[in-house]
Amino acid sequence: MERITMEHGGGGRATGELIESVFADAFSNEILSAMEDAAVVEGSAHIAVTTDSFVVTPPEFPGGDIGRLCVCGTVNDLLMRGAVPKYLTCGFILEEGAELAMLRRIVRSMAETAREAKVQIIAGDTKVINGNGGLSINTTGVGFVPEGVSIHASNSRAGDAILISGNIGDHHAAVLSSRMEMKNTIKSDNAPLNEIVERLCESGVEVHVLRDVTRGGLATVLKELAISAGLRFEIEEEKLPVDPQVRDFCGLLGLDPLYMGNEGKLVAVVAGKDAERAKKIMQNAAYGARAERIGSVFAAKEDFDRGKLVLHTKIGGKRNLDVLQGEGLPRIC
Amino acid sequence: MINMEEISRYLKQYKGRELTFMEVCGSHTAAVIKYGIKELLSDQIHLISGPGCPVCVTPSAYIDRLIALAKEPNTYVVTFGDMLRVPGSRQSLSEAKGEGAKTKMVYSPMDLLALAKENPGITWIFAAVGFETTAPVYTLLLEEAEKAELSNIKLLTALKTMPKAIEWLINQGAAPDGFLAPGHVCAITGSSYFNDLAERYRIPFAVSGFKDTELLAAIYGLVRMSEKHAAGVKNFYPSAVEDTANRTAAAKLNTYFTVCGAVWRGMGMIEGSGLCLKEEYRRFDAGSLAITEDTKKNQGCLCGEILMGKKEPGDCPLFGGACTPGKPQGACMVSCEGSCYQHYIGGI
Repeated sequence: MERITMEHGGGGRATGELIESVFADAFSNEILSAMEDAAVVEGSAHIAVTTDSFVVTPPEFPGGDIGRLCVCGTVNDLLMRGAVPKYLTCGFILEEGAELAMLRRIVRSMAETAREAKVQIIAGDTKVINGNGGLSINTTGVGFVPEGVSIHASNSRAGDAILISGNIGDHHAAVLSSRMEMKNTIKSDNAPLNEIVERLCESGVEVHVLRDVTRGGLATVLKELAISAGLRFEIEEEKLPVDPQVRDFCGLLGLDPLYMGNEGKLVAVVAGKDAERAKKIMQNAAYGARAERIGSVFAAKEDFDRGKLVLHTKIGGKRNLDVLQGEGLPRIC
Repeated sequence: MINMEEISRYLKQYKGRELTFMEVCGSHTAAVIKYGIKELLSDQIHLISGPGCPVCVTPSAYIDRLIALAKEPNTYVVTFGDMLRVPGSRQSLSEAKGEGAKTKMVYSPMDLLALAKENPGITWIFAAVGFETTAPVYTLLLEEAEKAELSNIKLLTALKTMPKAIEWLINQGAAPDGFLAPGHVCAITGSSYFNDLAERYRIPFAVSGFKDTELLAAIYGLVRMSEKHAAGVKNFYPSAVEDTANRTAAAKLNTYFTVCGAVWRGMGMIEGSGLCLKEEYRRFDAGSLAITEDTKKNQGCLCGEILMGKKEPGDCPLFGGACTPGKPQGACMVSCEGSCYQHYIGGI
């Protein structure tokens, strides 16, 4: 079996062969193929830039892999500012002993996802370090924000509707199942959310905030948005879309889907009057079939109300939600 | 037959004498907050949290002992995630890591078997905390360790059993009008486990599950029993709990463990409220019997009183200020099943 060796990171012949046979082949485009020290690309007045590092274990999991993930994560971050994602750069940190066949699969998956998300990978780097055959990837994304688009975290207003684009907790549950060698059919939701965002923005729906629901889960994201706007957010437990298998998985381990990560879900805060239309648009776009309106934004009546996130439980109770505390570990009894 | 809607209405509109019920299971505390149960009860019905979270009742001397072991050469202390952050008298295991304490977190004690086989030169010590529910798992680990002739697995036990601790609470005057009996514990011990207490002290017990409706049904049961001044144990969790003990679990516990005194955080030594390894299995023990007292890290911490149901988390001067899940002063703020933690993150 072919494996990564320290020589692959030496900068000589082996490095050249690795880049040629694995990366250049999969990511081929005019800008990258020029193999310059830096890519020179067309620009725009308002540029969105973001970067993210991906270190997930295992690198391949049900429904996806680190290659798909590192494109989706960065593309989705660009989309959340209303930007049109254009370019990605990627830095690979390969551990000695990594299987070349696995690397090929991951790189191919990355290329495929980049095509789906309509971004070009225009620059890259590879390093090899000591380790146990794993790999980490950093991606930086560049996107262009169209004139007149202003979507940002503190932009929620009283009267707004809160929507989620689909089931929560899938990615977290899939990775955890795989790590714990539990047999089920839960799949990661890692996906680029271009279509949902494009359609929402084109439709004339008044979109105030977009946020992708990653680590920390839905509750953490909404709590941060509530604090950032100084308003009171209320959501309905009954409306939260959760796959029954994920719900049972969480029940078993004492985890709460509200605090579990996703990699292909977004929260949209839109003007209340546009709520129904926004929901339909999301439901008809790729990866939005189970979109749901889950709550509303209210003015803070008192100071202590600012930044509050309240969950109305199915049975009619109420519960405050805070950001995730600690690491979200399975309980012990 | 009364339905859920009628039960909910009854509990919300109850106008009888003031009643206080104690839940003695951390998962119940968590579920009460999760479903917002207190909002659904009349102001005349109060729920208080007793010493039901195994992490919270672990004394600081036990943490100190774990840290000392983790610093010994060729020794690893293996724990569930929550234990890493529990404060000892000076620091937590996770803080001691920076000073060379060697720890590892696992999801199941059974993970120790592979670790011990692959690294025969290292002694693997598991922080064996838990109640009647968790204790049988350790017997499975010991069984496998014996079969594989592994001599590098040990337990530092802080295993607790409920009845004597509840009796101690009652004798301390913290007597509520009834107990929500722990469903998971009863799944192992059977609901009859609490018969003796219920009879002797004339107090109602309701065995409850962990869903919203199961909790409401059990609370309703306690209210009705209180109104009739009826004592005894009622099982509102028949899908998982029988009257008698799970025989396999009981037999395994009897093989390896014997009843002993145990130190509870904030409550001290309570005779007959713990399980420790029998003489013939003492070779698996990492010094558990030497832990006989409890010291407080922060003198202002009311963890002990809160575990006894004498104080609410909000009564503690440290709550939410000096003591938060990010920098817990007492164990009730560490575990996701601790009452301070639950009130901090979920209180309305």
